[in-house]
Parts: sequence; structure tokens; C-alpha cells
Amino acid sequence: MLGDRQQLSYIAAQAADARLNLELETEGMTLNIGPQHPATHGTLRIIARLDGEQVVWAEPACGYMHRGYEKLAEVRTFPQVTSLINRIDWLGSFANEVPFILAAEKLMGVEAPTRAQYIRTILFELSRIANVSLFLGDLGVQLGAITPVFIAFRDREYVLNLIESATGGRFHPNFDRIGGLKDDLPAGWIDETRAVMKKLRGFCDQIEDLLFGNEIFQARTRGIGVIPRDVALQYGLSGANLRASGVDWDLRRDQSLPMMWDKADWKVWTHPDGDSFARCWIRLQETRESTKIVDQLLGSIPAGPVMAKVPKIIKVPEGEAWVSTENPLGEMGYYVVSRGDLGPFRVKIRSASFNNISITPWLLRGVYVPDIVTILASLYFILGDIDR
Amino acid sequence: MLLKPQSEGVRSLSSNSETATPVVDAKRDQVLAAVRDLLGEALVDSHFKPGDDIWIRVRNDAWQASIKKLRDALSFDYFCFLSVIDWMPSPYGRGEDDPTEPAPERDTVIRSGYAGGETRMQVFVRVVNSTTHVGLNIKADVVDSALVIDSLITVYAGANWHEREAHEMFGIDFAGHPDLRKMYLPIDFEGFPMRKDFPLLARMVKPWPGIVDVEPLPGDDEVDESSEGGAS
Amino acid sequence: MTPLLAEIPYWGQSVLRVLGGLVAVLLPAGTIVYVFLFKMMSFMQSRLGPMEAGPYGSMQLFAEVGKWLQKEDIVPERADVRIFKMAPVIVLLSTFLLVVVVPFGPDAWFTDLETGVFYALAVSSVSVLGILIAGWSSANKYSLLGGLRAAGQLIAYELPMVLAVMGVVIQAGTMNMQKIVVAQNSGSMFGISAIGHPYVISQFVGFVIFMIAIQAELTQAPFDMPIAESELVSGYMTEYSGFRFLIFFIGEFATAGVFAMIASVLFLGGWGVPFSWFGWTSIDDISNWMNVVGPLIMFTKMMLVVFIIMWIRFSYPRLREDQLQRFAWKGLIPVALANIMVTSILKVVF
Repeated sequence: MLGDRQQLSYIAAQAADARLNLELETEGMTLNIGPQHPATHGTLRIIARLDGEQVVWAEPACGYMHRGYEKLAEVRTFPQVTSLINRIDWLGSFANEVPFILAAEKLMGVEAPTRAQYIRTILFELSRIANVSLFLGDLGVQLGAITPVFIAFRDREYVLNLIESATGGRFHPNFDRIGGLKDDLPAGWIDETRAVMKKLRGFCDQIEDLLFGNEIFQARTRGIGVIPRDVALQYGLSGANLRASGVDWDLRRDQSLPMMWDKADWKVWTHPDGDSFARCWIRLQETRESTKIVDQLLGSIPAGPVMAKVPKIIKVPEGEAWVSTENPLGEMGYYVVSRGDLGPFRVKIRSASFNNISITPWLLRGVYVPDIVTILASLYFILGDIDR
Repeated sequence: MLLKPQSEGVRSLSSNSETATPVVDAKRDQVLAAVRDLLGEALVDSHFKPGDDIWIRVRNDAWQASIKKLRDALSFDYFCFLSVIDWMPSPYGRGEDDPTEPAPERDTVIRSGYAGGETRMQVFVRVVNSTTHVGLNIKADVVDSALVIDSLITVYAGANWHEREAHEMFGIDFAGHPDLRKMYLPIDFEGFPMRKDFPLLARMVKPWPGIVDVEPLPGDDEVDESSEGGAS
Repeated sequence: MTPLLAEIPYWGQSVLRVLGGLVAVLLPAGTIVYVFLFKMMSFMQSRLGPMEAGPYGSMQLFAEVGKWLQKEDIVPERADVRIFKMAPVIVLLSTFLLVVVVPFGPDAWFTDLETGVFYALAVSSVSVLGILIAGWSSANKYSLLGGLRAAGQLIAYELPMVLAVMGVVIQAGTMNMQKIVVAQNSGSMFGISAIGHPYVISQFVGFVIFMIAIQAELTQAPFDMPIAESELVSGYMTEYSGFRFLIFFIGEFATAGVFAMIASVLFLGGWGVPFSWFGWTSIDDISNWMNVVGPLIMFTKMMLVVFIIMWIRFSYPRLREDQLQRFAWKGLIPVALANIMVTSILKVVF
């Protein structure tokens, strides 16, 4: 009955109507945050299903930076693995090497000389300070305060200069060796470090005033992303995230390793709330504690060699060892299986951010979009740590 | 304030029995005894290094039940990590074979580590007691013909991602896991990369440059001829 | 009009007005960008800012404008092209419409509307439309989120702005901007005529509310949810580049300047100084040189107000959208209403 053209236009009108109905039906909108995004520290992709501004469901899709370190470690000799694992948590440079070296030393039955242990601990704490001061600056940027980050980077440069003058590398020192360290400290390093620690304490005070005292910062972080204690333990959260939920556990204090943390008098900070503010605040306090630890240890470094007697070609005897330390991001550990070879048989890298981020699907339900950024910023992850 | 952990008096390293005094680790001794009592005959083997760590091996079919018991009765409430060890020595060595020469003879015996093992693949998990800070490494055999083990997701929620990674890297199926998607690898990736018979492709595609570097370091006395350019 | 300008034919006067309007909008924009964005922000962040282009980076602005002008004109494939192109123009248009009603001197004004304040407040809402259609037509989920946030925020903060200005209108007894300036400068406070009667003192609550409201109207931190760099990349501006982004950019700072001018007219005495300094009693007494000095005084006061705006922008993190709305509806509006009540009571009693 209807002519061709009329029929076509009728069908077109029906189709347009159907399309309109589909569009007006307010389903959730699926938003991809990342992998290139200013808020994620690297290539983390979060797929969020939104209902207006509220998250119905969110899930991180990681793996954009997976480099296969565990497989790569199997084809390397023990000393070569250090240059690899440096790059897992690239901000906490030296701290990545230490647990692996300690595990290898445990299997070999070798202990580094005391001087080396002191310097290891000091460099470990310096890398913690470098890592967390960037976190404090970046925290402001995630929330919209663009000024603290410049102060953070300026003061972090001092620490990086220290690490560079001692080890030769700002971000990837590759300084730890099985049995000790590569080299001794340069002349004048101890005094310079003391001066830098004073500056960093000033920086912590400045950030506390500028950022933590701000009412808007408190309104954005208090009560956001609360993680109860038992959930934190189930997911294997570690570091400041765990201590913010009220668990009094610090691997520097609660296990005995050949490192010198028990030679200094320092405090473990916990917070009962478990929200984003608690996590950020604890990291600030821990930075201050680190400066105090470094100060105390600097005063008591003994003289002596920095390298124990180890054979030139290192063959680690058969066995399995697990060592984990309180890294800037949390608990980082290496499970090293050796077969008496030149290189490890299997290395399982337990990185802190992997567990820390695994809680986000549970945590991000029902929060607002700006809170996603706040929560991720407060959990603090490094992509290399998640993806290895 | 600063607390020294109670039991370890000597901060010595484990392993060699030639060290002077045998280390006494009362805390871990008690824990191991309690674990033995609790698990009964699900516990197949154990290994204890005083001052260091405890390893136990449980039966494959008692995996989930035993770990649940450990969590509930002995408060091992902190889930550290879960992974897999493939005990077969790699047929490619360290990927340093000279492609112009025939492949050298290699050791192919499958030997397991602490707490024994009868199969090629073993799943292992580490759980820690968050108040006493004692950790426990738990292993379980997985037979080649049926690479299946129960999922721990109902015991520890955090096991979710670890099991996903173990599945995609080793090919072990975790029964009861709702969502064993790939985590790191692209969706259409074939094979299980962390298995020892899956070669490290970078070393297959291009021979390792270290093969040609046979110059000994200047002033070197003890150059081990069987490995070239290796250490340091 | 003064005898001098009355001799120019009408079309000449219109050309002068157009040029004057361009200068009145673009010159403050450029100055604000250079002084506050390039230099003040950098010094606050312990860095120097642009130093290469020209001495102390003074030519940086021209370099940036040139850079943006020569970029490729990109429009996203699925965007609604005509509306996409229209959006930045609408935002800048509202700024030009707004500056029309600001007096720069006793005789240096563009139009002298009896309902100047009413016109200004009405026209300032036109930019909301521009932002909303920019967000919607970009075919980008981030832009959409930014546009929706902007719509909610800008409408919410219109009300406190209007209510804050009501206090000034009640006190001056007129909506004519020129008369408000004259009322402030010819009045006296506490019997001292040397300071005039700037409404920033007697309407302090209104001034504070107005400053907060224009911080939100300009989508500056702490109210920059629509842009929210760390979440939405650039909010409603994400898909704009080149010339169109330049229009948005100019619009942002030009609007800041014009709102600051309005704030200084309403609260700080506009282009004038207290008349008692020169012994003037009414607007007809004012000498002609005031037409040249007036814009300069206005410029200074504008820079002062913008300094406050920018200072807060660079220091504070941003409020979340619901916190922002709550602050406006449950915080600012009741206070503004109370201010109006108190003002009217005091006006009648005294």
C-alpha cells in the first residue's frame, strides 16, 4: 500500500524511535579510566560502571606493564638478578634489592659485615623517604592541590642526590651484592646526609601544614575507602595500608634480619580508622621516623670492610628461602628456590602493590568518581610493583 | 616502642649444620606441634628450620579444608601470597646455548625441595599469624594428569588474583574459583609461560650475547671455564 | 558625553566602543595570564616559570597564542560538529556581553543601564550554556561528566552570587552600576568622608559570599570539578585543541577579569577614589582627567581581586561534587539570605 519511499521513511522513523528509547534508558555508563590517565601512577586501567557519579562496579585490569620478571630471573645468575629487580618498584630503588640479597645470603650462610649492614639500612630508609615524599606531593595533585608536588620534588632531589653520590644511580642503584655492598661510602657523605635529613623534616612539617591541615583535604579523605581490619588481613594488605586499619605490624621490628633497625630507637605508627586519611597520615609520620632512624644510624656506623669473603663465581647451595622486608610500598618478599646452580631455580616475587590493589573491586563499590582517585592515591601503588 | 621478637636469641642464618651452636626456636616448635595436631593425617610432610621458617605439605584433596582449619583454629589470618613451583629442570638451561653447537646434556631429574613432593608441579601458599608474626609455608602436590586443586577464595578473599595469575602462568585449574580470567597475558595467548618447558622466547629469537664474550677479566685467577662472562 | 566625544558621528562612537570593549576584555586577560598564571603560580611553587620567550618570559603569551592559532582544526568524528564549534564562542560571548555594563570612568562607559546589575547577573549565566553544550557535543564520556558537573555547579552558585549582590543594591538604593560607584565614593563611614563608603566593609559578608560564588562560577579550585585535571583530564574542554581551546582559555581568564571588575565596582568603589579627596560632591563635578585615570584605578582594583582568586586557586585541593553542592545550598544561600535581611533592616532603621 505504501510506496517504497514512504515505507523506507516509516522504517527509518521506527528505527530512530527505538534508538531514542535505548539511549534514554539510563543504564550504567561504562568508563575506562586509563591506561593513559593523569590519575593512575602508570598504565593501570580501571573499568568502572557508573550510575551518574556513583560507581556500581569497578575492576582494575592490570598487566599493561608485565615484564615477566620471574621467568627472566630464571635465566640469570644470582648477581645479575639485582639489576632486574631494581626496576620492580622504581621509586623505592635500593629497597627492592635487599630482600633478594638477604635470601641468597641466607642460603649461602654468609652474613654481610656490620658496616655493610648499617649502610644497607641507611640506604633502605633513604629510598623509603624518596618514595614516600613523592607520594605526599602526588597526593595533592590527585586531589587538586597543585602546589605541594613542586615542594615534594624539590626536596626529593636532595635524597636522590645522596643516593646517586653513594651508589652511582638515582633510580636504579644496583648497589647491593651478595655478601655486602659494591663500594664504600664517599667522603663527606655522612655529614651531607645529616643536613638533608634536617631539610626533610622541614619538608614533612610543611606538607603537614599545607595539605593535611587543609579542611578540604580532610573532607575529601576522612571516611573515604574504609578498610576494616579483617578484610585488610584477608587480602594481604601490607605497609601503611595495614597499619592504617589498626594492625600493629611492622616487618622491620617484628622479625630478625641482618639489618640494623633494632639499633635505632623509633616508633611504629598505627591508626584505628582505616580510611584514606589514615593511610596518608601514617606515611607522613613514617617519613619523619625514617629521617630519625637515618640520623641515629649515621652516628654509629662502625669501621670495617663492606664486603664479606665470597667466591668470585657465586653458586648458592640447594635450598629454599623466604625473606620479606618492610618496603616503602608494603611487604615485599622473595621466595628463592636454588638448586646449587649459578642462578636461581625459581624466584617468586611477592610485591606489595599486587595485594594492595586486589582490594579495589571490593572497595570501590558505591563510591563517587572523585573518590576513586582519592582511594587509589591513598592505597599508593607503583605499576611496576603490580605487574612485575 | 621497640620490641625484640622473643624466641630468636641468635640472629644467625640457617642451613649449615657446621655452625657452632644449634639454634633453639621454641615458638616455631610449638606452632609446628600445634599444626601437626590440628591437621592430623592431612599433613604429609614437614620441614623445620629453627630460627628461619616452617614448611609443611598437605594432601591435595585436603588443601582447602586444612588451610581453613589453620585460619580458624590457629589464627593464620594474613594471606601473604600463593604461587606454583615447577620442579622440572628447564630443558633450555639458561638460554645461553650456542645455536651452532648441539645442545649439551642436562639434568632432567625432578627433585623437590623442602617438605618433599611427588609431582612436577606444586602449589604453595604462605600464611602468617598477624599477632605472633609466625609464618607458615604450605605446599601441595598437583598431579600432571589432573592439574586441579581447590580454590582458596572462600578462605581468603585475597587469593582471587593470586590464583588467576597462577592459572594463566602454569595452567593449574582452581576448582571453585568464579572467574579464572587472564590477568597479565593477552586474551588470545596460548601456552603457559612460567612452565619450564615453555622457552623464554627472547633467548630463542636471538642468541644470548654473552656466548661470544670469552675474555677473562684482567688479573683473574679462578676463572671457572664452564661458565663464560657470568658473575658480576 | 563630553563635548569632545560628542562631535564624533555615531558610527565612530560605535567603533570606539567596540575597540574599547576588545581592549577591556583582552588586556586584563593577557595581564592576568602573564602575571598570575605564569609568574605568581611559579613563584608560589618555588620555580621561575617561563623565562625563555622575551625578557623574563614576557613574550610567552604571544608565543602561546601563536602556537595555538597555527594548530590543526580537529573535530572528533562522532561529535556534533556545529554545536561543537559553537560552544567556545558562546562562552567568550558572555564575557563581552558582561563587560558592556561595567563603568570605567565618569564618562567612560559602554552603556549606562538603569538595571545594570540585573543585566550583568543575567548575562553571566550564558556561559553555562556554552560549557554544557561543549561537554555534550564532544562525544566523550569524560567531557560529558565534566559538562554535567559544570551545569550543576554553575547553576547552584548563581544563587549565592545574586543574593550577595542584593545587599549592595539595597544599600545603594539603585541597580545602576555608575550610581553604585558614585554612592560608594561620595558617601562616608563613621563620619569620616576620606575613605568614602566602600561596600566591602559594610557588606563584608556579601563580599565574601560573592568572592566564593565567582570562584565557583569561574570553575577555579576549590570548585574545579568540571575540569578536575586528575580525573577528567580536562573535563568539558578535553576534545578542544588549537584555536577553539584558545577561545576557552581566553574566556576563562577574561571572565575572571570581568568578574573582578564587577566585584570592584560593587564592593571596592569601582573607578573612583573618595570624592572628598578632590572636593567633588556629585558626578558632574568630576574633572575630565578622571576618564583616563579611572580605567587605571579600575585595573588596579581588578588585579587585586584576581590576585585573591588565583591565590586560592593555587593553594586548595578541590571539593567533591556533592560537597560543593551542599556548601552552596545549605551553607552559602542561608547566609546570603540572612545578610539581605540584616541589610534591609539596618537600612530602614538607620
